[in-house]
Amino acid sequence: MLRRVPGVVHVSELTKIFRVPEREGGMNAALRSLVKRQWRDVHAVERISFDIDAGEVVGFLGPNGAGKTTTLKMLSGLLYPTSGEGTVLGHVPSKRERDYLRRMTLVMGNRNQLQWDLPALDSFELNRAIYRLPREDFRKTRDELIGLLDVGDLVRKPVRQLSLGERMKVEIVGSLLHLPQVLFLDEPTIGLDVTMQRRLRVFIAEYNQRYGATVLLTSHYMADVEALCKRVIVIHHGQILFDGQLDALADRFTTTKTIKAVLADGEQVTLTVPRAETSKTTAQLLAEHEVHDLTVEDPPIEDVIEQVFAS
Amino acid sequence: MPRQEPWLRSMVDFYATMMRTQLLMQFQYRAATYMYTLGMVAEPTIYLVVWSSIARSHGGTVNGLTPQAFAAYYIVWTLVRTMNIVFTPYGWEERIREGQLSAGLLRPLHPIHFDLAMFAGQKLVWILMYLPIAVGLSLVFHPALHPGTVQILVFLVAIWGAYLIRSMNLWILGMVSIWTTRASAIFQTYVLTELLLSGRLVPLTLMPHWAQTLAAWLPFKWTFYFPIEVLVGHMSNLSLVGGLGMQLLWTAIGASVVAGAWRLSVRHYSAVGN
Repeated sequence: MLRRVPGVVHVSELTKIFRVPEREGGMNAALRSLVKRQWRDVHAVERISFDIDAGEVVGFLGPNGAGKTTTLKMLSGLLYPTSGEGTVLGHVPSKRERDYLRRMTLVMGNRNQLQWDLPALDSFELNRAIYRLPREDFRKTRDELIGLLDVGDLVRKPVRQLSLGERMKVEIVGSLLHLPQVLFLDEPTIGLDVTMQRRLRVFIAEYNQRYGATVLLTSHYMADVEALCKRVIVIHHGQILFDGQLDALADRFTTTKTIKAVLADGEQVTLTVPRAETSKTTAQLLAEHEVHDLTVEDPPIEDVIEQVFAS
Repeated sequence: MPRQEPWLRSMVDFYATMMRTQLLMQFQYRAATYMYTLGMVAEPTIYLVVWSSIARSHGGTVNGLTPQAFAAYYIVWTLVRTMNIVFTPYGWEERIREGQLSAGLLRPLHPIHFDLAMFAGQKLVWILMYLPIAVGLSLVFHPALHPGTVQILVFLVAIWGAYLIRSMNLWILGMVSIWTTRASAIFQTYVLTELLLSGRLVPLTLMPHWAQTLAAWLPFKWTFYFPIEVLVGHMSNLSLVGGLGMQLLWTAIGASVVAGAWRLSVRHYSAVGN
């Protein structure tokens, strides 16, 4: 039997179970918990497996509490898995080897790693020392990233004076100064306006192209996923529901297609039909009416994802 | 993969950069820093006034300590206390809650270096700001303080030794926050023990004999009483070297416990939320 060569990210049967205390509300329950504490196992991630090859940009989708962030935390070495196996760039993340930490980054949209009261340039200097970067290489990378994200003015202001979007951009520069080969991006565009979101998307795509980096991205904005990811992994209740091309997601989980037609008299018609009947309905429409324009589409990706989670 | 600097050079670079960053921050908020430094003087000044009054009411001395000796003790005390300020379990609880520990875990450097370098940088400013206050206190209380060159040199090493021991001790306590959300309760017990057995509340020579014997077997004495006595007491060269040796021993013990406890704690860390 052929043995598959693990990709940059290799995950096999990875599981994380949290043991959390729980009790009912009220004084009686509080007193009871003094004597006997109740615990509950929360299966945050259950036996998930996937591989990601070098240079791939993969969307990791799921509703809140699905297990996305827990998986990213295990892959970045923040959490020990309960069982299963995960390797990234040949390293076991939970060992937190320095060589590994120097080759990856985890960017969380809600976290601030920069010194609040100082210009980001000072924090970048600190990152240079932490990642042991030669000054010349550091300056070159820093200036390149600053140019790519167009934050030349922002990095000179104290971080606390930056808006959320501006801060996110300089955060990303700080996270990439050591040119990581693997990027775990946890909702990097959360809370940003549409223009800023688009800017970050272009930047991530550019970084991926320029440095051949592998990216695993979670986002609730489908525009991020559509713009960046050919492949998506959908997780729900800690289990993988789908792993494949984004285009294939609709084929697998939706039962309908949308036919939009503009008739000769200018009337616009939109029909939602079962997938199996798309050809028949289209032919019928063309036979019975004079049609100026006709498109057949899958439902919007948001609707598809909603259907996946509901299924 | 990007090139990297040699380990030793990069560590020196990290400490220098981190300390410079902290200096910048302290200078940026110099007014707040000065208020904080002034606040630090309140505790020893109260001790000093109380003990000086007691000495005068007992015919000029308490256990051989004159008001001028108390003045010397508590003026140096403030300098040592400034050096002893480190991250407490309160800070640990906050940094776990705010996700700062997670951020620290993602960096290819043990997080204890951040704390050591950060507070070291801040202390340089605090000490600079305390010196004029010390001069003012000296003019008011006339301390009996006449250290020689050797004492001054040993003191400069001993205050950093005290800083390292206390850093290790409170890191061990701080890591308890990873296992329980109420580690600060344990910290209160620590502070109480430290107050009594370190020379923080009163010079150890005023404590009962059994307390002095107990203090000799614990690390607290080497974080307060020893560095103060180096400057204000009359220790022999052998005692000075022996004291530095004890500081080294307690630092090594603390570092070993930190290393072991850290391995266990990181495994237990749940990183929930951030």
